[in-house]
Amino acid sequence: MASAQKEISISEFFAKNRHLLGFDNPRKALLTTIKEGVDNSLDACEEGGILPDIGIEIHQLEEDRFRVIVDDNGPGIVQEQMSKIFGKLLYGSKFHSRRQSRGQQGIGISAAGLYGQMTTGKGVVITSKTIKGKAIRLGVQLDFTKNKPLVTGEEELGDWDRKHGTRFEVELEATYQRGLRSVDDYVKQTAVSNPHATLRYLPPNAEEARVYERASKEVPAQPAEIKPHPYGVELGELMKMLRDTNSRWLVGFLQEEFCRVGRKKALEIIELAKLGEKSYPTRIAREEADALYRAIQKTKISAPPTTCLSPIGEKRILEGLQKECDADFFTVSTRPPAVYRGNPFQIEVGIAWGRPGSDRLDVDQEGRITKTRKKRAKVDTEDLLGNADESVRVLRFANRVPLLFQQSGCCFTKAVSATSWRNYGLSQSKGSIPTGSAVILIHMASVWVPFTSEAKEAVASYPEIQKEVKLALQEAGRKLGAHIRREKKVASEFEKRSYIDQYLPHVGIGLQEILGLTAREREEAVDNLKETLETNRKIG
Amino acid sequence: MSPARKTPKKATRKAAPKRRKRVRKAAPRDDGGKGNLKDVALCGIQEVAAEVLEVANKGALPEMTMPQRSLANVTYDRKTGYFELGDHFKTRTLDVNSVKTFAQTLRLMSLAKEMVSGDDFATKREAYYVSKNWGEARFGEQRESDTVLDDIEGMFSIRDVTRETLRFIPEEHGGSVVGPLTVIDRDPETGEEIRSVCESMGSGAYTVPSSVDHLGLESTADFVLAIETGGMFQRLNHHRWWRTFNCILVETGGVPTRATRRFVRRLSIDLKLPVYAFVDCDPYGICNIYRTLKVGSGAAAHVNRRFCVPNAKYLGVTPQDIIDFDLEDATHPLLPVDIKRAKDALKNDPFFKAQPKWKKAIRQMLKMGVRAEQQAFAKWGLNFVLEEYLPAKLKNPRGFLP
Repeated sequence: MASAQKEISISEFFAKNRHLLGFDNPRKALLTTIKEGVDNSLDACEEGGILPDIGIEIHQLEEDRFRVIVDDNGPGIVQEQMSKIFGKLLYGSKFHSRRQSRGQQGIGISAAGLYGQMTTGKGVVITSKTIKGKAIRLGVQLDFTKNKPLVTGEEELGDWDRKHGTRFEVELEATYQRGLRSVDDYVKQTAVSNPHATLRYLPPNAEEARVYERASKEVPAQPAEIKPHPYGVELGELMKMLRDTNSRWLVGFLQEEFCRVGRKKALEIIELAKLGEKSYPTRIAREEADALYRAIQKTKISAPPTTCLSPIGEKRILEGLQKECDADFFTVSTRPPAVYRGNPFQIEVGIAWGRPGSDRLDVDQEGRITKTRKKRAKVDTEDLLGNADESVRVLRFANRVPLLFQQSGCCFTKAVSATSWRNYGLSQSKGSIPTGSAVILIHMASVWVPFTSEAKEAVASYPEIQKEVKLALQEAGRKLGAHIRREKKVASEFEKRSYIDQYLPHVGIGLQEILGLTAREREEAVDNLKETLETNRKIG
Repeated sequence: MSPARKTPKKATRKAAPKRRKRVRKAAPRDDGGKGNLKDVALCGIQEVAAEVLEVANKGALPEMTMPQRSLANVTYDRKTGYFELGDHFKTRTLDVNSVKTFAQTLRLMSLAKEMVSGDDFATKREAYYVSKNWGEARFGEQRESDTVLDDIEGMFSIRDVTRETLRFIPEEHGGSVVGPLTVIDRDPETGEEIRSVCESMGSGAYTVPSSVDHLGLESTADFVLAIETGGMFQRLNHHRWWRTFNCILVETGGVPTRATRRFVRRLSIDLKLPVYAFVDCDPYGICNIYRTLKVGSGAAAHVNRRFCVPNAKYLGVTPQDIIDFDLEDATHPLLPVDIKRAKDALKNDPFFKAQPKWKKAIRQMLKMGVRAEQQAFAKWGLNFVLEEYLPAKLKNPRGFLP
């Protein structure tokens, strides 16, 4: 038995458990591959302060075989790192930092390569150029057992058509489908949540690429890195921090290892824990650490700084929604940053609402109502806005990345269901997603998004998060409700006025018949009445 | 009914014919001259329309005023003896919500004008169909046109013009009549006199026409008995009960129609005959049928004056009759709707509120919790009602409920 015990590499483990990474079926594999590529590209561009230009191409080679290419205009990768980033699992820059980014673990893109290699036997091809260096093209394979990259080919390109950027190319077994949760859907939602990026998307067998132009020319500010917040640290982690610290005094340890703890706060915590301020952190015993942990929970400490967060921003959310939804009304609401387990996060909600196909009524300053026939969709075949009798589309984003799967298991969805939308003019059966021609966008920006699985498909239901989402939904909902009520008022007023036009002539006929009026006298009376009636009606 | 079973009471009645019967006569109602009313109607229509036009051309919103037709807007005075319209009015101002009704009102008034001047008439149903030619302003259902007609009638009641004068006549005809009464009518085509002798109708009966003011009346009867159900009317007619008791029988068929009420009113006022009502002992019979016959209704308060029979008395069936004639096991329990109606009458109906005897009787019925139909007497034999019950009651007309 003992001889059968053997170390397993992470690559091997994931080769057998690929569903954990979002490669459970060929359709999802295609999406996950693209998603990982685009996430990396966007992160890279933003880190370099560059407005992203991302290209996505899908080429169908055979019935079930595709080549996926994702390229960007990011800063590029230095040659030494290229093979590791794409050929070694759990290699990344983001896992240890408390800073908001799309990627977290350093698994995604190499897992995509791994999947491609397993299904086609071919490695990935990476082309990258930094502004100073030369364009390099590498063929990389992954050694399953050793979790190490194997470079299969290396070539210098003299004439790459861009100054800097990266291009990732992989062949894989996959299925392409349209509709909900498709690559098309993902690209479109990404365009909504990243209005500063231009996306060129070439679906399989398409004549030309769909281009989602950027609506904003500002690169989102690079979020800062922060120290952990005392509330977010569990006992075990606290003990590890005590062991590892360079501080010699407990009071110094608290001040230096945590954010939002000054000398005064540190002393307050220590006093509450009945410890000495000059105790050696490394000599704190388990019981004392426990007392310290409890003291931290009882002390009032202000919320972590939010410079580490990069919300999309109300203006950008509006731009994103307006760009991709053919709606009549848009609203956004942003919650102040909050904390779950010491991780700062911020919730933003946007709502787009419209009556597809129906006419639009506008009230001018004199209170006249004009009816405009609505123009039909412009942008895309896949419209985000459904019909009035369909469930509202909920677009979930974590750090600007669309979450397409496991909607029902997601904290955001639960918050949507738990909000009473009837107050805001949408119909809703108890405990479910409301019905109506609307899109609800929910974005969570956080240094660490608590996903329910490594495939990053749903956000775990922390009460703090769900509460914030609900509050944001309610705020946006109130604005939506006000709009819907006004719209209904205008519609009923319009109907009433058309009543006047319909029936006033009959008042005229009645008068004419009884009093023997001439046609002109009749017209005059009707015109007078109409004038009086309409000036008597004010629209609030 | 065999002669052998005749009661002694009937024998005394039989003796009555020896005394010369007094013949009561009434000429056709001088309605202030039909032509006169016609002018009043035409004038009224003209005036209402002219005012609407004037206000409209002044840049204001025209209004129409009509009395509120509800039980809350009537008063009852025992001296006058009927529901009088109170002084609550409703004003319909032309606005977005009322523009359709406003248009329909004017167009129906225009129809009335045409009918009055052309001496034609329309039933409510026909008026509804006339509107079908009005395009957008047409009525969707007859209920809607009936409401507008009622409003017009209310509006013109202020000018003493009824719906009939505006030539909108009810669809339903009046009740049936038998007994020692002669109705003198005229052939509408030839103008010849037609005498309908209500004693010689065989097993049928004379039917009250929708308009009764032009009729001449002659009678030798001693009183009028108004009967709720057709079945009871047929029983009394079949046994020629009206001959035995020298009376006129009128079938109301539920709540009496306007024509029936007007007809009974003429028998009561013009021929000075006492009127007794014989209806079911339930809240509907008392509070709707009898009350409407005697003092009119809230909804038609503006016309009660011309349609009520203030001298009518309530012969039965009374709650006390149920006990006196041992009908307890021939009753049915009061339904919730009955109880509500009875309580409502005690609380809101100005007529019952003014009559202590009625209050007592209704309370008695509520306490007993049962209702009895006219037909309940059949428990004691099919003809018990005409051989025992009615003769016993008629011995003491002073004991009738007011």
